[in-house]
Amino acid sequence: MNVGLWVLIGVIVVLALIMVGMYNSLVGLRNQVKNAWAQIDVQLKRRYDLIPNLVETVRGYMKHERETLEAVTKARNVAAGASSAGVGERSKLEGELSGALARLLVVVERYPDLKANQNFLALQEELTSTENKISFSRQFYNDSVLRYNNKTQMFPSNMMASMFGFKQGEFFEVKLEHEREAPKVSFA
Amino acid sequence: MRGKPRRSASLSFNMWEQIRANRIKSVILVVAMGALLLALGYFLGLLFFDSETAGLAIALVGWAFMSLIAYFQGGSILLSVSGARKINKEDHPRLYNIVEEMKIASGLARMPDIYIIDDPALNAFATGRDENHASVAITSGLLQKLNRDELQGVIGHEMSHIKNRDVLLMSLLSVLLGTIVILAYYASRMLFYGGAGSRGGRRGGSQGGGGQIIILVVALVFMILAPIAAQLIYFAVSRKREYLADASSALYTRYPAGLASALEKLATSNTHVSTANKATAPMYISNPLQKKGASIESLTATHPPIAERVRILRAMGGASMVDYERAYEKVKGRTGPVPASALAGAGAVGLRPASAEALQPGLGESEIERARETSDLMWRMNRYHTITCSGCGTKLRLPPSYDEDSVRCPHCGTVNPV
Repeated sequence: MNVGLWVLIGVIVVLALIMVGMYNSLVGLRNQVKNAWAQIDVQLKRRYDLIPNLVETVRGYMKHERETLEAVTKARNVAAGASSAGVGERSKLEGELSGALARLLVVVERYPDLKANQNFLALQEELTSTENKISFSRQFYNDSVLRYNNKTQMFPSNMMASMFGFKQGEFFEVKLEHEREAPKVSFA
Repeated sequence: MRGKPRRSASLSFNMWEQIRANRIKSVILVVAMGALLLALGYFLGLLFFDSETAGLAIALVGWAFMSLIAYFQGGSILLSVSGARKINKEDHPRLYNIVEEMKIASGLARMPDIYIIDDPALNAFATGRDENHASVAITSGLLQKLNRDELQGVIGHEMSHIKNRDVLLMSLLSVLLGTIVILAYYASRMLFYGGAGSRGGRRGGSQGGGGQIIILVVALVFMILAPIAAQLIYFAVSRKREYLADASSALYTRYPAGLASALEKLATSNTHVSTANKATAPMYISNPLQKKGASIESLTATHPPIAERVRILRAMGGASMVDYERAYEKVKGRTGPVPASALAGAGAVGLRPASAEALQPGLGESEIERARETSDLMWRMNRYHTITCSGCGTKLRLPPSYDEDSVRCPHCGTVNPV
């Protein structure tokens, strides 16, 4: 065999290795996006579980806030019911739930007895932290999507992406303006 | 290293790029230090045993042995030397939650173990060779003094040490450094108390007297310079990693002011941890050996001065790596620690507002409540039993050795069942 053939084989092998590497990193990034989405889900579910407890604890103290409590319960049920919806729809519903919760926690401020209740304080810590965890997991999800999308759009990995049908990831966006403040349980 | 500061590039971040760049640099550093160690072994072998292989073998075996210990046991040794004790979620829900929040923000694979060091000093460190064997340890003083945002900043800083594999790098480097120092130390002993001289003659025939002297000189130079060089590399890495960890913490929390305020509290209080020593010092968020004051960035400092770190964090206009890099350039007037590859990409990162309690110190848990909470935790960790007197409400602490059925309140005289 002559030298030219060996060079040709070498070039093909190197190219194949590069392509395998690109494909694998695309798969890795796509899995990271999926995993990050699952993490948001875990935190959202945790919030669904906390809300009935919170409403139960608070109800005894707040005779005159039925509307606020019902709004929270309703938003929770709607959001929990749509747990298999797309990213866009879920962002909107979760945003509404965050808003309802924030309003409830503002109202709580008018009930000093409630703020002395150990059970409520523990719940409040859990809720504050769950709100933080939701926004941090959303943040990590968006970071992952950004990285994945960059890879699918940039040359040369975009060729592999279109060849094997890697679709763009969707950002988890905050749709409602008031939801921006919601993650902080604020008593201001 | 790099040319002009980049002010273009539609400002973004890319922590993964930074981690990758770090990893390459880390490998180079460890290899360089390893080469230094082997060179030292080589010349010492020539000098003392007339055989470079013997010297190389001693250096290699010593290095491998210590590295294995550091890799597999480093974390637990560090924790037990510091007297740290593990806590669960029930022991301190807020701390646990904050660590979990930062775990999520950094995308860490596994929840790190949380340890408390019973020490009034304000300090914290992270250990663990990788994401799956990670722990964070903080002093009880820190737990008591910092509010939620500040604690989040500190934990974010520690988390990025884990994420960037700094802990592994630092322990491998410190093992190398330790081996070099020990070798050089014993070599100098052997040299001064006679060992090399008598063997010189045998080799003289083949190499000539000049060769012997050259070997002696080179070995001497190595013995003196190697420990110093190793130490300088080690400390330079350590300081740079601190800046990078600050930048990552800001990125994770989206709130650099939290870490800045925590560092300010650290600066005005004592960070001296009684269980820390020279080997464990680089692991802490702030130098645990320093008593107070001292603000000059000296070559042998493991940590950059706190005031400078605070100024950089306060100067940040966003939460991204680029914002940190810019703030660093503004404060220090030279290019910062963020590698160029980490600055490429797209998308600016905004800041989040402070949490309610940080804005209004009267709201949420106050420092008094935190102090009470922390002291309860410490008593519990020391297996003291706390009961509240039914007569006057005083808290009675019973030591683990207390075995009576009841206890008389020293305050009001009520007898309480245990």
